[in-house]
Amino acid sequence: MATVSFTPNIQRHVSCPTSEVAGNTVREVLDAVFENNPNARGYVFDEQGAIRSHMVVFVNGRQVLDRESLSDAVERTAEIYVMQALSGG
Amino acid sequence: MSQSLYVATRKGVFTLQRSGGSTREWRIVATAFLGDNASAIKHEPETDTTFVALGHGHFGVKLHRTEKGWQRWQECAAPSYPKKPDDMVDVEPNSKKPLPWATQLAWTLESSRNGWRLWCGTIPGGLFMSNDAGDSWTLVESLWNRNERKEWFGGGYDFPGIHSICIDPNNDDRVTVGISCGGVWVTADAGNTWQLQATGMRAAYMPPDRQYDANIQDPHRVVQCKTAASHFWAQHHNGVFRSTDHAATWTEMTAVKPSSFGFAVAVHPHDPDTAWFVPGVSDEKRIPVDGQLVVTRTTDGGESFETLKNGLPQHHAYDLTFRHALDVNEDGNVLAFGTTTGSLWVSENSGNNWTSVTTNLPPIHAVHFA
Repeated sequence: MATVSFTPNIQRHVSCPTSEVAGNTVREVLDAVFENNPNARGYVFDEQGAIRSHMVVFVNGRQVLDRESLSDAVERTAEIYVMQALSGG
Repeated sequence: MSQSLYVATRKGVFTLQRSGGSTREWRIVATAFLGDNASAIKHEPETDTTFVALGHGHFGVKLHRTEKGWQRWQECAAPSYPKKPDDMVDVEPNSKKPLPWATQLAWTLESSRNGWRLWCGTIPGGLFMSNDAGDSWTLVESLWNRNERKEWFGGGYDFPGIHSICIDPNNDDRVTVGISCGGVWVTADAGNTWQLQATGMRAAYMPPDRQYDANIQDPHRVVQCKTAASHFWAQHHNGVFRSTDHAATWTEMTAVKPSSFGFAVAVHPHDPDTAWFVPGVSDEKRIPVDGQLVVTRTTDGGESFETLKNGLPQHHAYDLTFRHALDVNEDGNVLAFGTTTGSLWVSENSGNNWTSVTTNLPPIHAVHFA
C-alpha cells in the first residue's frame, strides 16, 4: 500500500488525513484517495483531472513528471506527498 | 436591517455598516476569510444569502455562501468546466497558449430577481448558471461553443474573461454580459441564444481597419440602469460608451475629463443620465491623473462630466480602482469605492463629498451595497 500525505496548509480548507491506498500509478492512487474524500479532489486537481498549476506531487522524493495523465509508476510501498509549489505564492 | 457594505479584498471579506446617531460612521462589523483572496461577492436579498468567490493560489477557485448572518459560511460548488474534447484546438489568439478549460478566476456573481438563478462570469471566458443557489453550476455552452469565442483574448490577464453580467430588471431571461476582450453579448432567452452587441465601440489598440470589430472590444465594465433597462454605460479600455437601446448600439462620450481611462462605472438606479467613474491616466499609467484621486460624474447622459474631489486625496495619490470596486446604493445617493491601496471612501450625497472610511485594508477587488 502506498502512503499518501498532504501539505498541512490544505487542512484549513478540507480535511486530508494521511492514508494508505493501493495503486500502480499516481492516478490510481490519488483517485482512490479522492474516492473516499471527494471534497478534496478539486483542491488538488483541476476540472480536466490535471494537477493544479501550483501543486506538486512527490513519489519517494521525486517530483511527478506527468501532471496531466498522472501515469508515473508507484511502487507498492511508495510514500507520496501532495504539496504546494512556491510558485503559487 | 441597516444598510451593509460588503468589501471583497485580496486578503479577506469585510462587512461595514453605518452607525446611527450623529456620528453616522461606516465601521467594519464583521470579517470573513481573512488571508484569502476574495474575487467576487454578491448578496442576494430575496433569500438573504451572500456568496463569495475565493481564488486560492494553490487550491483553485472556491465558492462559499452564508444565509442570514456572517458566522456560518459553507462551501458550495464552484463553476467547473466540462472535459475538453481530446481533439479540440483551443488557444488564446494572441499568445497561442492553450486555453485552460478550468476556472482561473470567478470574476463576477449576479442573481436574478427571485434569487434562485445565479450567474457567474469567469476567466477563461466561460459563463455559468446555477438554478439551485450554488449547489451546482452549468457552463452556458450556447455562448462557450460560439465560433467567435475562440477569437476572444486576454486583457490584462493571460486569458479572456466575463466580468459584467447585467440581468434585465424587467425580464430575468434577458442578460447582457461584458467580456475582456470579447465585446458585449446579449441573450433574450435565458442563455439559449446570444447576439454580439458592441456596435459603436472603438478599440484604439487595434489597427484602423479593425477598430470597430465588435468581438474584440474591451469593455472594462458594463452596467445597466435598474429602472430604465434600455440604458447601459460602459467604461471601456479606451473610452466611455453609452447605449440607450438595450445595447444594440453604443456611442462614445467625448467630453470625459480628466481622462477616459478607467475600470469602474456605476449608474444611478433611477436616473439613466447619471453615472460615475474613477479615472486613471491611461492603460500605460494606471494611476490618477497628476496624483489626484477623483471621481467623474455625468448627470446629463454624457454631454458633460464633473470632476468630484471633495474629501479625496489630491497630492501623491496612486490609487487604482478595479472594475467592481465602485457601487451605488438603491436610492442613488450613497456611493462607495475602494482601491488597490486598501483605501475605502463613501459619499452620502451622490459624490459631492467623500469620507475616508479606512486606508488600511488589503487591495480591494469589489464593493457591494446590500
